[in-house]
Amino acid sequence: MFSIFGIPAPLLFGQILLGLINGGFYALLSLGLAIIFGMLNIINFAHGALFMMGAFVAWMLLNYLGINYWFALLLSPLIIGVFGIVLEKAVISRLYKLDHLYGLLLTFGLALVIEGLFRNEFGSSGLPYQIPPILSGAVNLGFMFLPIYRGWVVVVAFVVCLATWLIIEKTRLGSTLRAATENPALVQAFGVNVPRLVSLTYAGGVALAAFAGVLAAPIYSVNPNMGSNFIITVFAVVVIGGMGSIIGSVLTGFGLGIVEGLTKVFYPQASDTVIFVVMVIVLLTRPAGLFGKTA
Amino acid sequence: MLGYSRAQGMALGILIALVIVAPGVLYPVFVMKVLCFALFAAAFNLLIGYVGLLSFGHAAFFGIGSYVTAWTAKNWGLTPELAILLGGLGGAVLGLVFGWLAIRRQGLYFAMITLALAQMVYFFCVEAPFTGGEDGIQQVPRGRLFGVFSLQNDMAMYWVAAAIFLAGFLLLHRVVHSPFGQVMKAIRENEPRATSLGYRTDSYKLIAFVISTFMAGIAGGTKSLVFGIATLTDVHFSMSGEVVLMTLLGGLGTIFGPVVGALVVTGMENYLAPFGAWVTVTQGVIFIACVLAFRRGIMGELGALLKIDL
Amino acid sequence: MKLSRRALLGTAALSAVQPLARRARGDEATIRIGVLNDQSGPYRDVSGLNSVVCVKQAIQDFGARAKSLNVEVLSADHQNKPDVGAGIARQWFDRDGVDMIIDVPTSSVGLAVASVCREKNRAYINVGAGTSELTGKQCAPTTIHWAYDTWMLAHSTGGATVKSGGTTWYFLTADYVFGHDLQSETSHFVTEAGGKVLGNSTYPFPSTSDFSSFLLQAQASGAKVLGLANAGADTVNCIKQAHEFGLTGKTQIAALLMFITDVHALGLETAQGLVLTESFYWDLNDRTRAFTSRVKDKTPNNIPNMVQAGCYAGTIHYLKAVVDLGAAAAKASGAATVARMKAMPTDDDAFGKNHIREDGRVLVPAYLFGVKKPSESKGPWDYYKLLFTTPGDEAFRPLKDGNCPLVHA
Repeated sequence: MFSIFGIPAPLLFGQILLGLINGGFYALLSLGLAIIFGMLNIINFAHGALFMMGAFVAWMLLNYLGINYWFALLLSPLIIGVFGIVLEKAVISRLYKLDHLYGLLLTFGLALVIEGLFRNEFGSSGLPYQIPPILSGAVNLGFMFLPIYRGWVVVVAFVVCLATWLIIEKTRLGSTLRAATENPALVQAFGVNVPRLVSLTYAGGVALAAFAGVLAAPIYSVNPNMGSNFIITVFAVVVIGGMGSIIGSVLTGFGLGIVEGLTKVFYPQASDTVIFVVMVIVLLTRPAGLFGKTA
Repeated sequence: MLGYSRAQGMALGILIALVIVAPGVLYPVFVMKVLCFALFAAAFNLLIGYVGLLSFGHAAFFGIGSYVTAWTAKNWGLTPELAILLGGLGGAVLGLVFGWLAIRRQGLYFAMITLALAQMVYFFCVEAPFTGGEDGIQQVPRGRLFGVFSLQNDMAMYWVAAAIFLAGFLLLHRVVHSPFGQVMKAIRENEPRATSLGYRTDSYKLIAFVISTFMAGIAGGTKSLVFGIATLTDVHFSMSGEVVLMTLLGGLGTIFGPVVGALVVTGMENYLAPFGAWVTVTQGVIFIACVLAFRRGIMGELGALLKIDL
Repeated sequence: MKLSRRALLGTAALSAVQPLARRARGDEATIRIGVLNDQSGPYRDVSGLNSVVCVKQAIQDFGARAKSLNVEVLSADHQNKPDVGAGIARQWFDRDGVDMIIDVPTSSVGLAVASVCREKNRAYINVGAGTSELTGKQCAPTTIHWAYDTWMLAHSTGGATVKSGGTTWYFLTADYVFGHDLQSETSHFVTEAGGKVLGNSTYPFPSTSDFSSFLLQAQASGAKVLGLANAGADTVNCIKQAHEFGLTGKTQIAALLMFITDVHALGLETAQGLVLTESFYWDLNDRTRAFTSRVKDKTPNNIPNMVQAGCYAGTIHYLKAVVDLGAAAAKASGAATVARMKAMPTDDDAFGKNHIREDGRVLVPAYLFGVKKPSESKGPWDYYKLLFTTPGDEAFRPLKDGNCPLVHA
């Protein structure tokens, strides 16, 4: 067994893989955040709360209606997407002309309300949600013992991110979306219903969060605080990747997952601070983030 | 006088009168807490309201002030005025470094750098031995003012806290209305133009940043003496969020807004505590209502109603 | 301008009336109990509203009204912040005439409130906090510590695990005082019993939700026991993920602080076979079952755990001392009330008959429980089987090791 910096190599590989898996969550969440920022110019601080709601909806579907994981993976993002449309129409749409600060504060307020209500209803110690039978168990990779479910998470996160990127960059819908971001008035003049497009974009962004929530339910406990643990990190991922950059948020999400994973080996106490160190360095050297366009 | 209009002068008179009357009516320790946060919010408002810089990590300066004051008062036995002054200096030194780094970027990126640096300060405070980690620095003695007057009594402490608050508040106001303050506002309105007029905008921003962080440190130091405790709460991200809330609720860029905001937010936390879990929900609803319905904040809306600057 | 002045004066006048009304009430001989705990954060289910319900049940069971004692209960959320907790305590004493504070989970808040109570000479029954400092260096004549502490957990769970062959340990430690205390105290018992600590991972608290990396490191260390020096949702997540990574077969998990609510959150499928320590279990005997059936319907979410039961027992014992001493004398001095509580043996449905040591430690027995298999469980909340009982006078740190200044006197 050889070693790198005094850490046995198999352990190090294992950590990199685990980092990649966590990176999958970051990528899914920051992707939604980046899409919403790109289209709506809103920093959606409620993203963590919607991630949490996604997990709770999966739990409710199972416990109240007997609907299993696979259908929840489809239904929960739909339900949260509809909820997102309601939110967008009711409150967020009033803020488009204003400074970022107001959007941030409003969605922060929404997150407080949502999390508070869930805490009052379900308590704070979390609810159990089992891994679906097909995905339970583990495989021995030689250098580590990989639970099948974790492997599934990283693959599905990657596929969903890729699909989203393809939709936005390569399809007609995507090009309309991008055009509407650049010049909403002109696109409206071409007969496109821009407000509806905006609502749908918000719904799509939060649906991604809910999807990540369902993915997370079996491995983290379904807990009202589960989103707030993530939100600042994910927010940092978006900023490092370049605000609004789709590809930037995905790559940075996976990359920072690995950086965090390695920190957990060498200096675990700092594993949630390391992201901010990276953020300061990136912003001071590349003002618009790693993949952002300089204005 | 001192750059106040007639109406503002009257409002200031009312404020001073209220500070004098308040401890007879309300619980003095609560009023002291409000005063500390009011000073903190006023310091924050100097940046966002007058220079247009949103610092998302102001808790770092408040917290460092709090720790430095608590530590020097407890371990070196410094008198309260020296301990608080050192707390302010601690905030200012940290502010100098952070400001120097952060003012290279604008808008949201400025906010993000301050947030990231503040998270590092938080981490430092969790790990460093002198902060006492989770327990914080407890049983901090209030000591004797100038080595003479004991502040053990709540009312004695109150007058000191009130004096610090008023002095800080007047100083901040003086800064805003000085020629320096005019340049600050010019930067807020149109930075390239201020640059083309020959002002080194970066130096102005940095000076404003350091003044603000000095005051934040003073506020934090005073709070640690009032409660006899300095903890991680003071440096935590949520404290940075809270000061944004206070300033926004009271009114960005208004003179009295941060004070009113501090009163409302602190009062809410205090009087809602018996309702336990509903506190966060209520706070969230107020955030939303504030952004949707009265964006100029309480004093901003009130000022617009009365057609004066408050 | 006129408008604002009038408005401001109006507010001032309004708020002037309130405290006066409160002060007037303070003159009667009413005993006021303040329940101070976490009502919105990670320890909400461990303490929270259930503790309030248990305190109210205690007042009813004690028959306060029949003994012509007027008792009021206040409660507040300390948000797990020491300054908020100390602030509320001060205000309760100075303004609201509170005579005793109970519960206060989270060690840092527990210690901060202890020093306020000492300064103001009011009785303080801590139940929720784990730190053994409360009866150690920072003990106070006004403090009583019920239910459990880190020493007792380390001794019971840690000691039993080493005895059953778990000789090599790896710790997963939450990076705050409670986690460090729990780790160092358990390490002490492990090495004393001839075991070895192979390593530890200290992770950021409370922002960590993925523990897989640390679990992998624990696995690589080859330790027989994974010691969890954390609490609440962190413990639940660790166990869940340890299960996922297949640690549970080869490595034994010692959850050093775990409540029945955490077992409930995990589900028996995952939690089965765990070993943990509590000083109360609802299904222990007739008295505990009777107590539980009285409070169960008032607490929609939970069966009481040892913290909530401790709030019940603490209140009963406090009221006994108040009646014994006379309400006026009890209100005058918290230290005198606590001294009387120490002089009297305790007896309640939750913990049975015990007594309180001079450092303020209530010597309740520590029960080592094993979590049942799903097939063994006969109904909801039927989770534990009793493995071992450590009697009260052996369950806690010996008096001489605590360095409590009160003891020398």
